[in-house]
Amino acid sequence: MKQDRYARVRRAARAHKIAGSVVAYTCLTIWAVIVLFPFYWMVLSSLKSYSAYNAEYIPQFYTLAPTLQNYLDAFTAVDLGRYFFNTLVFTLITTAIMLVVVTLAAFAFARLNFRGKDLVFTLFLALMMIPNELVVITNFVTITDLNLRNSFAGLILPSVVSVFYIYLLKENFAQIPDELYYAAKVDGTSDLRYLLRVMVPICRPTLITIVILKVIECWNAYVWPRLITDDARYYLVSNGIQEIRENGFGRENIPAMMAAVVVISVPLIVLFLIFHKKIMAGVSRGGTKG
Amino acid sequence: MDKQNKKAWLYLLPAIVFLGAFMVYPLIDVFVYSFEEGFNSASQTYFGVGWYNYAYVLRDPYFLQAVKNTFLLVIITVPLSTGIALLFSVALSSIKPLRNLFQTVYFLPYVTNTLAVGLVFMILFKRTAYTDGLVNLMLSWFGAGPVDFIDGPYWAKMFVLCFYTIWVVLPFKILILTSALASVNQDYYNAARVDGTSRTRIFFRITLPMISPMIFYLVITGFIGAFKAYSDAVALFGTDLNAAEMNTIVGYIYDMLYGNSGGYPSYASAAAILLFAIVLTITCINLLVSRRHVHY
Repeated sequence: MKQDRYARVRRAARAHKIAGSVVAYTCLTIWAVIVLFPFYWMVLSSLKSYSAYNAEYIPQFYTLAPTLQNYLDAFTAVDLGRYFFNTLVFTLITTAIMLVVVTLAAFAFARLNFRGKDLVFTLFLALMMIPNELVVITNFVTITDLNLRNSFAGLILPSVVSVFYIYLLKENFAQIPDELYYAAKVDGTSDLRYLLRVMVPICRPTLITIVILKVIECWNAYVWPRLITDDARYYLVSNGIQEIRENGFGRENIPAMMAAVVVISVPLIVLFLIFHKKIMAGVSRGGTKG
Repeated sequence: MDKQNKKAWLYLLPAIVFLGAFMVYPLIDVFVYSFEEGFNSASQTYFGVGWYNYAYVLRDPYFLQAVKNTFLLVIITVPLSTGIALLFSVALSSIKPLRNLFQTVYFLPYVTNTLAVGLVFMILFKRTAYTDGLVNLMLSWFGAGPVDFIDGPYWAKMFVLCFYTIWVVLPFKILILTSALASVNQDYYNAARVDGTSRTRIFFRITLPMISPMIFYLVITGFIGAFKAYSDAVALFGTDLNAAEMNTIVGYIYDMLYGNSGGYPSYASAAAILLFAIVLTITCINLLVSRRHVHY
């Protein structure tokens, strides 16, 4: 009798748990659909032909006659290839310069002793709180005065340094035991060599995190490029897509627009699918957005 | 020692040059700009020094509209997105199979271009002569009338903006909260289970206090981020946000600086400093509130 009641309680508890996970899975699936649906819709629309798309008063959830014509239009009617190339150049150069500057500064703070170190580091940290909107106005004027509008230098220079990354890397560098440094010194290794041969390899995960975050930031940059470029030859993809939306293709050619959107989104999504563990770990350590 | 001094400064030099030129100098300059009255960017001259730029901005109906939009956006999206993120994170950590798949899917919006995907949202919500759009199709299944979410009434536009903003910011929040939940010491849960504590009680008495620092971190960064909203609005409503009545404070700053109504760095500076003051005040209030409610 007693055992019977025990079994009943256990059954009830299990039913409770199953009901709970059914609710959890339902909610999670609904949100997953909401997240994925825009991606599905952009791929779907980009595969519909112009006439088929415009003939649908009620949007169709599938297409039986997929076409790649829109992708051809996206690359020929507007200069999508160029926007793409510009963004690639901008991203690579910005990230490379940033990496050098940040590594050197972090090394100085973590490893070298010099007068005023604490003061300078505090000042650096204080700069972290300055929002971009406050400095962008003068930067715009500076770059305009230097005649660097519509040039890669104008795009890249103000986007190079991030105090936060210096801070992140310095913390990581500081964890490397001092003994390694002294041993290297005894062997007559120069500071720069020590930095490149010992510290950088040890801190590779942090460096990769920083690179990933910067690449995402660069690929999605919109505000600064918009201020500094009005010549379509220097547009990045974000500005390109805005330009396409407002003047390209004729406003109603939505399938071609969606093809452009797919082309722009694919590189980061592919990167994400390959490195999703690293990227998510990196963002949870040092990302901010929203 | 002296040699090392020199060397250290040499290592720091690039960072100091860049920060000096593009952060410290602009920071001082923006205050200077904001007090120069009647600044003319062509001749680089101004009439006098004073508060006129602030007075102008505060009376500008476009600025007031932008402030209203931004505050609405902040008040709606920050609590809602944090709450939803908490809900999904708890659901995620209660399941085992498929958890990684869901996490990966949820993170996808983080790596997408805001402008590009915003265009997809615009198309989903937009009503044109050719079609009512997908969202209106779904609304019609429930018998609701077609609404133009992109060029229609104010509340509809605000709804789309909030919806898209939440869609964009959720990945980061879910990621942070799931890792916070995973780091709560399991012993607390086991002890509570031995005592026969109910699930609701466990959630409010253990889980929530334990992750409250992270929630609070998300609320602060959420406030700061939402006050700076701009590119989401551009993605949905185009660059002429004033005409769409959907401008944000940051949008107002950029419009004053550049574009059809641009060329007024003084007004832009005044607006930027006002924005900074607002964000600073809100962050300080947040910090004060948290001191009372967050368990570290």
